[in-house]
Amino acid sequence: MARVLIENITKSYGETEVLHGINTDISDGEFIVIVGPSGCGKSTLLRMIAGLEDISSGTISIDGRVVNTLEPKDRDIAMVFQNYALYPHMTVFKNMAYGLKLRKFSKKNIKIRVHQAAKLLQLEELLERKPRQLSGGQRQRVAMGRCIVREPKVFLFDEPLSNLDAKLRVQMRLELRKLHKRLKVTSIYVTHDQVEAMTLGDRLVVINDGYAEQIGPPLELYEKPASIFVAGFLGSPAMNFISAQISADGKTAQLSEDVKVPVANPLSKQGITEKKVTFGIRPEHFSLSDKEKTGLPLRVDHAEFHGASTMIYGRLPGNDELITVRLPHIHHISPETVLMLTALPEHIHIFDQKTGKRI
Amino acid sequence: MIEKRPLATWFSHTVLILGVAVVAFPIWITFVGASHDAIRMPQVPLPLLPGDQFFINLKAAFVEGVGNAKEQSVGIMMFNSLIMALMIAGGKIAISLLSAFAIVYFRFPFRMIFFWMIFITLMLPVEVRILPTFEVVANLGMLNNYWGLTVPLIASATATFMFRQVFLTVPDELLEAARIDGAGPMRFFKDILLPVSRTNIAALFVILFIYGWNQYLWPLLITTDKSMYTIVMGIKQMLEAAEEAPEWHLIMMTTLLAMIPPVLVVIGMQKLFIKGLTETEK
Ligand SMILES: Nc1ncnc2c1ncn2[C@@H]1O[C@H](COP(=O)(O)OP(=O)(O)OP(=O)(O)O)[C@@H](O)[C@H]1O
Ligand SMILES: [Mg+2]
Repeated sequence: MARVLIENITKSYGETEVLHGINTDISDGEFIVIVGPSGCGKSTLLRMIAGLEDISSGTISIDGRVVNTLEPKDRDIAMVFQNYALYPHMTVFKNMAYGLKLRKFSKKNIKIRVHQAAKLLQLEELLERKPRQLSGGQRQRVAMGRCIVREPKVFLFDEPLSNLDAKLRVQMRLELRKLHKRLKVTSIYVTHDQVEAMTLGDRLVVINDGYAEQIGPPLELYEKPASIFVAGFLGSPAMNFISAQISADGKTAQLSEDVKVPVANPLSKQGITEKKVTFGIRPEHFSLSDKEKTGLPLRVDHAEFHGASTMIYGRLPGNDELITVRLPHIHHISPETVLMLTALPEHIHIFDQKTGKRI
Repeated sequence: MIEKRPLATWFSHTVLILGVAVVAFPIWITFVGASHDAIRMPQVPLPLLPGDQFFINLKAAFVEGVGNAKEQSVGIMMFNSLIMALMIAGGKIAISLLSAFAIVYFRFPFRMIFFWMIFITLMLPVEVRILPTFEVVANLGMLNNYWGLTVPLIASATATFMFRQVFLTVPDELLEAARIDGAGPMRFFKDILLPVSRTNIAALFVILFIYGWNQYLWPLLITTDKSMYTIVMGIKQMLEAAEEAPEWHLIMMTTLLAMIPPVLVVIGMQKLFIKGLTETEK
């Protein structure tokens, strides 16, 4: 168990820089999830913490010790790979015992530890099998077991669930959570799946294109996304974005040539006037206006019934972007109807169109 | 592919049977030849059915010796061949495993130059550089011993390339997992890489054993001492009987015996051999 401090980490492959100064302070026992789209540099960051990739600049320290130049084996970490990387010719027992054997643990000690881990992960019956005789979920557990037996200071996970089918993924997610509660080892988990990120992490690090866009607890990121990217990345179905021009007095927003909507809380108080902004509203935060005249006029394209809720897709006048609305209960709405939508002010996120940052 | 048409089945069986016959007929003739006596063999037509001299000939080959002066025991020649084939196969595998390991897993200076140097040796088999190689071996005092017989044949680019290919298919994560578990390079080589390449090593061993067993030109050049003769060159020497007619019954017996070790190796390692050539799971 240990605190992991990441300071100004950059990574370059030749001329191209793929990580541009990442800073994170991961406290002891925390479960942190690094999330972002494919190719954003998540794995690279994780592999730098593991010592599998050189650090171009910046420092990483584990438990107060700078580990920049240490070999992976001396960093006291353990890692679960996406394809598990089990040794194909060794039995489950030997796979789990290998790290201990190289660290010169006594035979008796190895046996005790492996059996303990196997019990925890329900692998006791499988100890004599080879990896190829196991199912995906079982292999995944063996990879976990290989980490647990060493009792390292930090667990690193690189998309460990992405090779499993949807149902198993949900189940393993719960098990991972339970396991972490029990062992309380500092864990760093990489995924591109936002649901996994939201449900697993104590805090999330959202990475986009080599920059850490926002770091914080899942709910905070969901409720107060710091940028358009984070807002669009977290939440399913994704947030709707509507670009608009704020008037000089800050009281109205011009959505398109002939659609002008009043802004409830004049934005001039926050100093937002005459500016191009992007409004972000989550589908579930829309509601139908009870007044006929106010709100956003949405021309319905089609509707889907999801049992507990109804999804409505439509367009605002003068705009081709599909807007998604999720209404509770079942609504029978035929295409081409115009609905008047409203949302509570605290549910409307406003981003600067130029920088993409939250205002 | 499953064919339901009877004509196609009939045709493919005919082709297969003909193929087997073409391969098997000379072996049958060899066996028949080995079971007749010295008088029957030179007569025309060639016998097609086995005679009753098989065990007498077997005894002659092993105990009394063959060759002009009857001083060469088939046993000793087979032993020499066996040592040569094992040394060539083992040596080639050991050297090419290590060089492929170096080329794939280490970033040392001039790595590509070394790689291409190994590559160029593909164009220079022993037969091409036979005189200079002989000179070197003679100067090193390796004539008439097992080292001289095998060392020049051991350095092998083909095997190095094959292992390079095998190692490239081993996922990087395996190396990384081993590094995190605390394995150094040689540990990784011994504990992970070798066992993972086990079937490929076996397949190559079969091929190289037969290659070594069948060596003819090089042993002919390097051995003058009869106690170092190998079986393949021994058979050739028996054909060159000076005055008398060649003793076909003994030649056939020796040939038959010379076929046995390669066959045993193939049968013994058949399962691994096929796995090594076809298996892709790593
Ligand atoms: N060895 C390398 N040489 C050059 N560029 C590399 C190398 N490895 C990775 N990259 C680049 O670095 C960037 C980040 O890669 P990384 O593997 O960290 O992505 P990722 O976020 O893990 O994506 P994914 O979700 O697809 O696994 C990518 O743009 C990739 O092209
Ligand atoms: Mg990745």
